[in-house]
Amino acid sequence: MLIIILLISISLTIAIFFLVAFVWSMKSGQFDDTYGPSVRMLFEDKKKTKSPKP
Amino acid sequence: MEDKHFCCQGCKTVFEILNENDLCEYYSFDKNPGVSLRYVSDESFAYLDEAAIRKKIAEFDSDSFSRVRFYVPAIHCISCIWLLENLQRLQKGILKSEVNFSGKSVRIDFNPKEIAFSKVARLLTSLGYAPKINLKTEELPNSVGFNKSLVIKLAIAGVGFGHIMLLSFPEYLGLDGTDEYLQRIFSYINIALAIPVTFYSGREYFENAWKSFAQRQINIDVPIAVGLFALFFRSVYDILWNVGPGYLDSLAGLVFFLLIGRWFQSKTYENLAFDRDYKSYFPLAVQKLVDSEWKPILVYELSPEDMIRIRNNEIVPADSLLESEAAYLDYSFVTGESKPVRTVKGDWVYAGGRLIGQPIELVVKKRTSQSHLTSLWNEAAFQKPEEGKYKRIIDKAARAFTWVVLLIAVVTGVTWYFYDASRMWLVLTSVLMVACPCALALAAPFTYGNMVRIFGRHGFYLKNADVIERMASIDSIVFDKTGTITHGANTVKFVGLIDDYELAWVKILTAASTHPLSSLITKSIMSHSIVEIENFKERLGSRVEGYIKGAYIKVGSAEYTGGKDPVIDASRVFVSINGEPRGYFQIETSVRPQVGEVVSKLGKRVVALLSGDSNGESNRMKHIFQEYTKLLFNQSPHDKLGFVSSLQQSNSKVMMIGDGLNDSGALQQSDVGIAVTDNAGVFNPACDGILAGKQLGLLDKFLTLSKTSIVIVKIGFGISFFYNLIALSFAIGGFLTPLTAAILMPISSMSVVGFSTVAVMWVAKQTFKEAK
Repeated sequence: MLIIILLISISLTIAIFFLVAFVWSMKSGQFDDTYGPSVRMLFEDKKKTKSPKP
Repeated sequence: MEDKHFCCQGCKTVFEILNENDLCEYYSFDKNPGVSLRYVSDESFAYLDEAAIRKKIAEFDSDSFSRVRFYVPAIHCISCIWLLENLQRLQKGILKSEVNFSGKSVRIDFNPKEIAFSKVARLLTSLGYAPKINLKTEELPNSVGFNKSLVIKLAIAGVGFGHIMLLSFPEYLGLDGTDEYLQRIFSYINIALAIPVTFYSGREYFENAWKSFAQRQINIDVPIAVGLFALFFRSVYDILWNVGPGYLDSLAGLVFFLLIGRWFQSKTYENLAFDRDYKSYFPLAVQKLVDSEWKPILVYELSPEDMIRIRNNEIVPADSLLESEAAYLDYSFVTGESKPVRTVKGDWVYAGGRLIGQPIELVVKKRTSQSHLTSLWNEAAFQKPEEGKYKRIIDKAARAFTWVVLLIAVVTGVTWYFYDASRMWLVLTSVLMVACPCALALAAPFTYGNMVRIFGRHGFYLKNADVIERMASIDSIVFDKTGTITHGANTVKFVGLIDDYELAWVKILTAASTHPLSSLITKSIMSHSIVEIENFKERLGSRVEGYIKGAYIKVGSAEYTGGKDPVIDASRVFVSINGEPRGYFQIETSVRPQVGEVVSKLGKRVVALLSGDSNGESNRMKHIFQEYTKLLFNQSPHDKLGFVSSLQQSNSKVMMIGDGLNDSGALQQSDVGIAVTDNAGVFNPACDGILAGKQLGLLDKFLTLSKTSIVIVKIGFGISFFYNLIALSFAIGGFLTPLTAAILMPISSMSVVGFSTVAVMWVAKQTFKEAK
């Protein structure tokens, strides 16, 4: 039955790791703007078409 | 412009800038790029270059690099992001800009040597993205749009809840005695998991309960805190003394669902929020000098260094410096001291002061906030004694309710102890959870708050939500005549002898007054003259006088100026110069078109018409009002007040409708005082509501709606009690687990809030549909 205790401690460690990761991502502002980045990647730096200078 | 069409100069400018910089891609992102002009203002932002202010608003500020974050409410689409993130292409000196879409803010890195702070703000404004700068709070509005700490608490509670359930499986399924040591290990792990869940995620309930104890009061979080506390320590005791497995799974689930409930609740409230937006504030206007012309602009569009003009009896909208030679200001709205304060050129004049005497010019120094003026409006001196009756009842009821809940909980606990001691703690907790009367406290603020907003949208601006309650009980309505029933003039003509110079002087005198007849005369006189008035005096509602170029001019009633009053059906305003009567203005005022209809709809409730003028127009008024309405003329402001209070002594609830100038005493005395105005300007804190002149015809609808609001609140109370009673009886019987109770509780609150909001909107829609 020792294996159960081992498994539980592993599963708890992983869960707590992910919880900590979530709290960190939350606090570091990764969820602050959930819309901006999705459109920002669509913008491209257009080359000047009118006056193509080298 | 390459055969393109633009709705306005602003859009054309934007296109020009974009075209010049080859940024026309802006127009390919969205069908309708550009922003509504609502937020566009012409602030100069010069104050941003002040070192002290720079320090305050900049996130980082050095000689060659600055970073600032502006709150820009106009950000609304993909094109906005694109345009704002290409600022560095439009303007030299800007290094980088980054938009936070959810927070509606833009962070700009720039080189202050190349571009000044104010210029950055002006650039944004010229593009239609005027930044909103609030120096007082320093903090940007919630930049994320949701409550971060709640999410973190929820995550911790969720993880704890899941694992505690998992580790309780042996308990659920039943293990034989040989594995008892496993069970004990699991229980200890459960305690370890439950500690952060209870004391971090559930912290707020304990804090609120503690606060209420500190204030020797009891609030609705107390039963919840008691429940959590009881469950936790009972479980710990059970586990440590090996009595049983405890109830940690229930406890963690409870916290988790309570927090989910909170999350949903805050989402619902956000969507139904009744916070007064700027539309539900009265659009207070003030005369501002624009290109050597006086133009009325809205108070919240004022910016520092604007030149404004204040007329007799008007309220100073913003802290400013006096530009005219001298002035007397009455700060009674602010300090309660009614003796006017003499101020000379260059002195500070503070927002909220009321001008007594001739017009003055001011240079605005501080931006003003409409909410400041509204808070002035809600000053204690203008509160009416019976305000907030329902609020008091609710507070009392909620407090009494909490005691009752605790009592019921104790009785239930004792009963269950003898009946089935093992379930006592769970039943006790469910009772504590479900009986919380929070829905009770929500019905009234949401109903009234939404009503205030709807009224605001229809041109009726209320001081606060309590006014609705009082409006519902109104049975007598008293009208003021000039400026209320009548408005504008069909004809203004001068009968008598006067030359153009003198006429221009009269104009200067009447322009200094805010009385409706004065404004009509001012409007009718075409000749101009720029002279200062000396010794200007105005007695409210009857006369103005002053020296102009040494000539002593009086404008007012016949007795006052010494003129003779012919009997004709029109209002007359007499003029005398150096004591010699010169004649009179004959003003045929026009009656507001909606008045007749609304008066007949209000029926017997219209008790009286009070007029400060002579009875010249009594015949016309008789056509509008029924015979049961008293028509009283030559009423001084004091008489009006006396009339209202005598009505109140005979147990009537009086609504006074006036222009807020010569009847402010009566407005204050009445149960609901409403000022009718057309182009804003005079702000009278004594009134409870401000009604736009063209909406006077809807008055009966507003009264009906306020009555309906009371009914809606009562139904809300009913729903809330119904929920509590049903759920409580189930909980006492032991049929309700704490988990279900935690889920039910926010649902009941949300349904009450939802009901009152939807009901108010539906009723308002029905009522105003007829009006159109």
